[in-house]
Amino acid sequence: MSQQNRYTQQNPNPMPDRNIPKPPDTIEYICGDCGAKTAMKPSELIRCRECGHRVMYKPRTTRIVQFEAR
Amino acid sequence: MSQSNIEARRHVQVLPERVGNVAGSEFPGHYPGEDHSWNLEKFKKNLVTSVQRLTPSTVEFDLVGVDASIANALRRVMIAEVPTIAIEEIYVWNNTSIMQDEVLCHRVGLVPLKVDPRSLKYRPSSHAQPHETDTIVFDLQVRCDKIPGVDPKVEKDPKKLYYDSNVFTGMMKWQPSGDQGKKYKGKAPKPVDEDILLVKLRPGQQVDLHCFARKGVGADHAKFSPVATASYRILPQITLRGPIPLEHQEKFQKCFPPGVIELKKDEQGEQQVVVANARKDTVSREVLRHPEFQDLVQLSRIRDHFIFSVESVGQYQPEELVPEAIKILLSKITAVEEGLDKLFSADAQVA
Repeated sequence: MSQQNRYTQQNPNPMPDRNIPKPPDTIEYICGDCGAKTAMKPSELIRCRECGHRVMYKPRTTRIVQFEAR
Repeated sequence: MSQSNIEARRHVQVLPERVGNVAGSEFPGHYPGEDHSWNLEKFKKNLVTSVQRLTPSTVEFDLVGVDASIANALRRVMIAEVPTIAIEEIYVWNNTSIMQDEVLCHRVGLVPLKVDPRSLKYRPSSHAQPHETDTIVFDLQVRCDKIPGVDPKVEKDPKKLYYDSNVFTGMMKWQPSGDQGKKYKGKAPKPVDEDILLVKLRPGQQVDLHCFARKGVGADHAKFSPVATASYRILPQITLRGPIPLEHQEKFQKCFPPGVIELKKDEQGEQQVVVANARKDTVSREVLRHPEFQDLVQLSRIRDHFIFSVESVGQYQPEELVPEAIKILLSKITAVEEGLDKLFSADAQVA
């Protein structure tokens, strides 16, 4: 290895993109009373748009999950 | 040596407070002038097997003339070393039922699958990529919804109110990959029982699983064990040492399960107690509790007569299980033999 490139970058792989698509800041939450979906922002009041119920549930992840059947 | 004495050696005594004569005494050098060295011809002559009962799920057979260690090895191999196919990895796409993913996956893993285990290879390692020669894939996709036009105020039965409120094993669908469609033509992999309830759903809930089944043995996990029960008992024997007085005969009969003791008229026209079927006896020793029968009866078991009862879970026919177990036992013996050969040949080289 030459002296010259010891201190230069050698990794040929590109850096991850800085503009990673962020998850949407509004998530559709599920009402604990009527089951309707309501899009809410973090600062917004937690309340169902359909029935006014104040308990909301976060929906399950859309990714697959692996389990061992043991 | 009298015949009865020879016979008595085969008996394990069942006494009121203990069992006696448990270990066999017929080993080389124990009886002067008798040859008890192991002999294949003698073993063949004494070995008896006979099937007593065969149903679609169970087999009951007698194995006579072997040591308890052999009978026990056969039993243990059937439980822990005869391979079957079972679901091992599950990819959960969605599960909004009340049952947690882990619990649901554990339940799905326990489902017995009707796949010939001889048609699949073992996966080379637990990290290996699944291949069509070692993996069977099932999909379970169920969604529960309200049935339109049914009034929930009138109808309370969930089966009539909702579609698919119960998820059964019959809803698992096999996904053939590669040549599997041709290989399993006419015997498509499916659960042994289609009516096992896996989970219950309510409207809006769904289960979406992608399941990978592989070959394994019961020693690894009980879900791979092909037998529900595999056990043996030793044949009971009841010896009458004298006639039972007429007034006690009915009481004597009631000391045993039905069918063991019968009351029969002898040549003189007198009613006598006869042992009709000792096999049915549970050896409860009830008869030994009564002082009037103390010296009239002797309970024992025949040491080398094993009554096996094997119940298959469904992957194998019950009559296939024992030959499969024997094949595995023989391959293990062969492995030991090869190891010993190597050991002694190495010794010889050193010397």
